[in-house]
Amino acid sequence: MLHVRNLSIHFTRYALGLRKQEVRAIRCLDLDLAAGEVVAVVGQSGAGKSLLAHALLGILPSNARIEGEMIFRDEPLTPERMARLRGREIALVPQAVTYLNPLLRVGAQIARAARLSGLTRARAVEAAREALARYHLAREVGAWFPFQLSGGMVRRVLTATATVGLADLVLADEPTNGLDRETAAESLKHLRELADAGKAVLLITHDVGAALEVADRVAVFCGGVTVEVAWAGDFKRTGLLRHPYTRALWAALPANGFSLPGPSAHVIRLEGGCPYVSGCLSHGPACDAGLPDLLPADRGLVRCRHA
Amino acid sequence: MLEGKNLAFRYRPDRPWLFQDLDLSVGPGEVVGLPGPSGRGKSTLARVLAGYLQPNQGHVLADGRPLPKQGYCPVQILFQHPELAVNPRWTVRQILGETGEAPPDLMERMAIDPAWLDRYPHELSGGELQRVCLVRALGSGTRYLLCDEMTSMLDALTQAHIWQAALEIVRARDIGLLVVSHDRPLIDRLCHRMAGAFEETSI
Amino acid sequence: MNQADAIYWKPWQWDRRTRTLAQVAACLALFTTIFLMAWLHGDHGLTTHLELRKQAPSVMHPFGTDWLGRDMLARTLKGLRISLGIGMGAAVCSSILALFLGLSAALLGRKVDTVVTWMVDAAMASPHIVLLILISFACGGGPKGIILAVTLSHWPGLTRVIRAEVLQLRTSDYIRLSARLGRSPWWIARHHLLPHVLPQFMVGLLLLFPHAILHAAGLTFLGFGMSPHTPAIGALLSESMRYLSMGLWWLAVAPGAALVVTVKAFDVLGTNVKLLLNPRTTRE
Repeated sequence: MLHVRNLSIHFTRYALGLRKQEVRAIRCLDLDLAAGEVVAVVGQSGAGKSLLAHALLGILPSNARIEGEMIFRDEPLTPERMARLRGREIALVPQAVTYLNPLLRVGAQIARAARLSGLTRARAVEAAREALARYHLAREVGAWFPFQLSGGMVRRVLTATATVGLADLVLADEPTNGLDRETAAESLKHLRELADAGKAVLLITHDVGAALEVADRVAVFCGGVTVEVAWAGDFKRTGLLRHPYTRALWAALPANGFSLPGPSAHVIRLEGGCPYVSGCLSHGPACDAGLPDLLPADRGLVRCRHA
Repeated sequence: MLEGKNLAFRYRPDRPWLFQDLDLSVGPGEVVGLPGPSGRGKSTLARVLAGYLQPNQGHVLADGRPLPKQGYCPVQILFQHPELAVNPRWTVRQILGETGEAPPDLMERMAIDPAWLDRYPHELSGGELQRVCLVRALGSGTRYLLCDEMTSMLDALTQAHIWQAALEIVRARDIGLLVVSHDRPLIDRLCHRMAGAFEETSI
Repeated sequence: MNQADAIYWKPWQWDRRTRTLAQVAACLALFTTIFLMAWLHGDHGLTTHLELRKQAPSVMHPFGTDWLGRDMLARTLKGLRISLGIGMGAAVCSSILALFLGLSAALLGRKVDTVVTWMVDAAMASPHIVLLILISFACGGGPKGIILAVTLSHWPGLTRVIRAEVLQLRTSDYIRLSARLGRSPWWIARHHLLPHVLPQFMVGLLLLFPHAILHAAGLTFLGFGMSPHTPAIGALLSESMRYLSMGLWWLAVAPGAALVVTVKAFDVLGTNVKLLLNPRTTRE
């Protein structure tokens, strides 16, 4: 349903006076997403990954420039097309309760999301009621204000705002941020249910463990570059992971060893060749020359000269 | 020894108690974990132990003395959201200089890039900013460090690096560490013992 | 967005930063021109040339002449300079009062806060113009009366802004952390609060100028401000009322338009300075 090729996003910023700087937030992102699957984009916490969601919705700030292709349902995503599809066929599950209007009741906000996605007024109210029931929220919750909701309820309401309409592509930006295991698991379960119902779900997160609970495939994002696309099952053994960064990320988890391959393994290079340079044991001079291509390896994809 | 004795806290008289009759201690050089799900009061307890909130009952002693009202407090705390713990109009250089100390070896160990010194907090990533906050919290007068979900917003590699560096420094200086987190595997890795005040009791 | 490429000069582009700086430069140029030209014209606008009475705008007299043959351009410029001076003086006094009251309300405890908030509500509930006229009349009019009137009626807006800003800052984590790092309240006020309050104060001050200038002109127009002998804009406008029905439209339009343009320029300046002073928007 969605194909992203060689996506890069630049920002022009002012340093001091009239001198400008160009900052490249995403260097080369490749992604494929089909209906019915959950693909997780996993990488360092920072501005890079969320920009992908904003780019797909066409809501990047005015000083951003996009290069590369984004193809949705076999047609390229132009700014005009994105403005039409936003909220209708492509929906965003927001990150926190601050995305809700604190002065409007919850039910009204979900109904409004439904309205904006193209449903008629009567149908929207009905859809809002159905959404509340689907996420096991009592009918009275529709009359509550956002500040009255508990953490878990907030997540359910936010998911409801994205799914009450007819969107086929759902973008979830850091849905488990700051949540404890239980609430996070519930949030992820909703996303899995959406995929099982036939939608395509893009899950953006820094938490590999969370991603693996529900994702079919995982795209590993490092320094603005997709370095590997792996199947969820590959994470059972380190040996099945293809890129050194993915292996390091997996080994750094507390449950898996809590180890670092080197003292500066977390330092990522944003220019020049391969981004994962400081901690890579197979680093060679060819790695500084330029970015290798994303090539198939063992049912997955990897961008490494030494894979 | 950082001791909290008979601590009880609630925000207002009409709200339920977050905790009552709670005892907690952290010895010098010890790493104590405080696990439990979010929203139960772990962060509030950390703030009470650091002197940000006054307990309704009980008291907190650091090395036998109550927490000072003025001057450098030997108990420092690190928050979950580093962007809220720094002044957004200050540069990183000013933030690091607030303690009056500027230890170059500490900055190197935490991999603080000199290029950041002239940047504003919103131009740094979460992991970088948290490292800056950690350097700031490790002034020479710090005897106890409370980490309130310090790395839950960070990816695995950054998290591992920050904790490795923090543990090294804390061991070298004999600083007592309290780790508040809902991430059970993380606490299991880091801590000598647990304070089970907020654990899930089976329902 | 961690690293960046080298700093370099890119070809000129009209984006937010360049537009902002251009607007600020234009406004400052306008004010400098007004003051300079007013000074250059000297007493030109006060000398009467009875043979040149009631002339429509022409090349010699771009704003025409009035019923005593005085050049309207010179009078307008002088009037602008006087009105600007009075307005700015009043705005500065008002802002300083607002700063003092706002800081007191936020920092000196609940009782002081309650008193100041009550004063703010009372001042905002009173009819604006009536208050201005009363105070100006009680002080005997003239520049002193205007400045006092504007000062005592315009402080509530900025006071609320400053009070809100400081109250919010006081409970921020980094302020309390600063105290825990050993910093004294004075140090915190100077290094943490001031950088936040100062931009708000400056922007509030700049945006108060238009109000003050307009009110000064308005009071003079109504007869409660400057004496009719000084060519303040308000006086010019009030005198021109008599001659409008005779068709001498330039006597009102010229000073009126000049006032509007100048006031708008201050507004633009204030908004742009606000953009430049906010660390988030300043880099775009």
